Amino acid sequence: MATDDIYILGISMTKFGKHADKDIVDLGAEAAMAALRDGGVSMRDMGILAAGNLMGAGGYGQQLQKQIGQTGIPVYNVSNACATGATALRTAIMAVKSGEVRMGLAVGAEKLAGAGLLGGGGQGKKDSNKWEPKGRYGAVAPTDGRIGTDTMPGTFAQVGMEYGHKYGGVSFELFARISEKNHAHSTLNPMAAYQKRFTLEEIMGDMMIAYPNTRPMCSANCDGAAAAVVTSGEVLKTLSAEQRRRAIKVSASVLTTDPYQEACQILPDVNTLTRNAATIAYEQAGVSPSDLDLVELHDCFATAELVHYDNLMLCPEGGAVDFFMSGAPWRDGKTPVNVSGGLQSKGHPISATGIANIWEICHHLRGEAGDRQIKDAKVGLAHVIGLGSACGVHILERSAA
Amino acid sequence: MSTAQQIPLVSYLHLTPSPRLVANECTSCGARFFDRRNACAGCFQTEFRPVDIPTTGVLKAFTIVAFAAPGVPVPFVAGIVDCGGTSVRGNVINTDPTPEKVSLGMKLRLATYSLGTDDEGVEAIGFGFEPA
Repeated sequence: MATDDIYILGISMTKFGKHADKDIVDLGAEAAMAALRDGGVSMRDMGILAAGNLMGAGGYGQQLQKQIGQTGIPVYNVSNACATGATALRTAIMAVKSGEVRMGLAVGAEKLAGAGLLGGGGQGKKDSNKWEPKGRYGAVAPTDGRIGTDTMPGTFAQVGMEYGHKYGGVSFELFARISEKNHAHSTLNPMAAYQKRFTLEEIMGDMMIAYPNTRPMCSANCDGAAAAVVTSGEVLKTLSAEQRRRAIKVSASVLTTDPYQEACQILPDVNTLTRNAATIAYEQAGVSPSDLDLVELHDCFATAELVHYDNLMLCPEGGAVDFFMSGAPWRDGKTPVNVSGGLQSKGHPISATGIANIWEICHHLRGEAGDRQIKDAKVGLAHVIGLGSACGVHILERSAA
Repeated sequence: MSTAQQIPLVSYLHLTPSPRLVANECTSCGARFFDRRNACAGCFQTEFRPVDIPTTGVLKAFTIVAFAAPGVPVPFVAGIVDCGGTSVRGNVINTDPTPEKVSLGMKLRLATYSLGTDDEGVEAIGFGFEPA
């Protein structure tokens, strides 16, 4: 192992779902303690804490330290939409890579069970008795629902439909089949919020949220946390044989934002920044998409999963529909995608997601994934995207040690 | 009616002499924005000029929103319309909000409607796109 390589030494996630009796500090503490234990280290070894939480009041990292150990190390409180967890991890990685610290802890936690619809500003307030222009667009009344939609299911529905307009081949049924796959995968994952297999008919017949996304085609709002301990190859050399054996190499760690494209301020462009992040990641890791044994990508909605097959270059440009229909992204296919069940069934506690998907990959690379183990997995990719936008891509490899 | 005072839903909707959307176009690279920019997001230059957006276009993405925030009437069709190379956000109106009536690639034209009149007799005018 090269001294400047980065390794995940310990990693953990809580079960995703409803945790009515736990707050974000409890959840984050549970994940953090388990990650430290998994890595055979303690808070005393940590040089930095990067703490991700989106919906809370702020200062999350300091609250977490008081729950698990206050050693005076710097805390970086991270908030970066749905890429918050990946950003926290990347923050810890950068600190280790810079040589300033030997080990870092990244945590992401969220309480989202029962949160309902996200993103819609709505028209809850009664229109004023006087039309007065307000805000950046000089709007005299709320625009959500009058000029398009601000809701997440509606936004990502359009992302999938735009792909269909460009390349053809999409349909309500196609998107429902993607959801069918992820729900089927979830039945093997005890950490998932939902482990129910749905038939295609059940998915298409469920409550419509934003055509073509029905309820089971939307990510599940739930509670959860995930945490990871990272270190350098130089430090790993000094650790035990067992720690070296289970350490997972971070072959690429990339964070991007959306570069200007026509229409990107009309409908968020989730494509260009993902393709950019993937391009850089494959280059950094020296692997190609065909080398990947499994992929966890950001299927916040069934319509989103389709476009990321293409953005992550798992298929030729414009070939996402054919890629899916070939069976490739099923767990017994050429490139298994979201064998955890994905956000649609595993759940999406926003800030935990970007570390939990890395936990999933690590679990397979360590050969510890039980019933859902992808046999002999050596290389995996984890992807998240948050609107605004931010994209995190990590490529992980089984330790050679 | 023609004498009634009107105000657009958003400032980039211009009502006279005929309804149209007006963008701020970067004089350097041609990028178009419906709100103000200190510098162009594409090329960082700082000069802009107002340009009229074509009032006809093609539907390049849509969703039929069935579940929205409180107060938003559903269902409705939210879409992205390619108006001669400029993407515009708007609802597809004056047609049934069903997959049978709304399709990718359909031709649309700008249409306006009344949001109602305030206490001072001013009528707010919104816009959408209807089948052309």
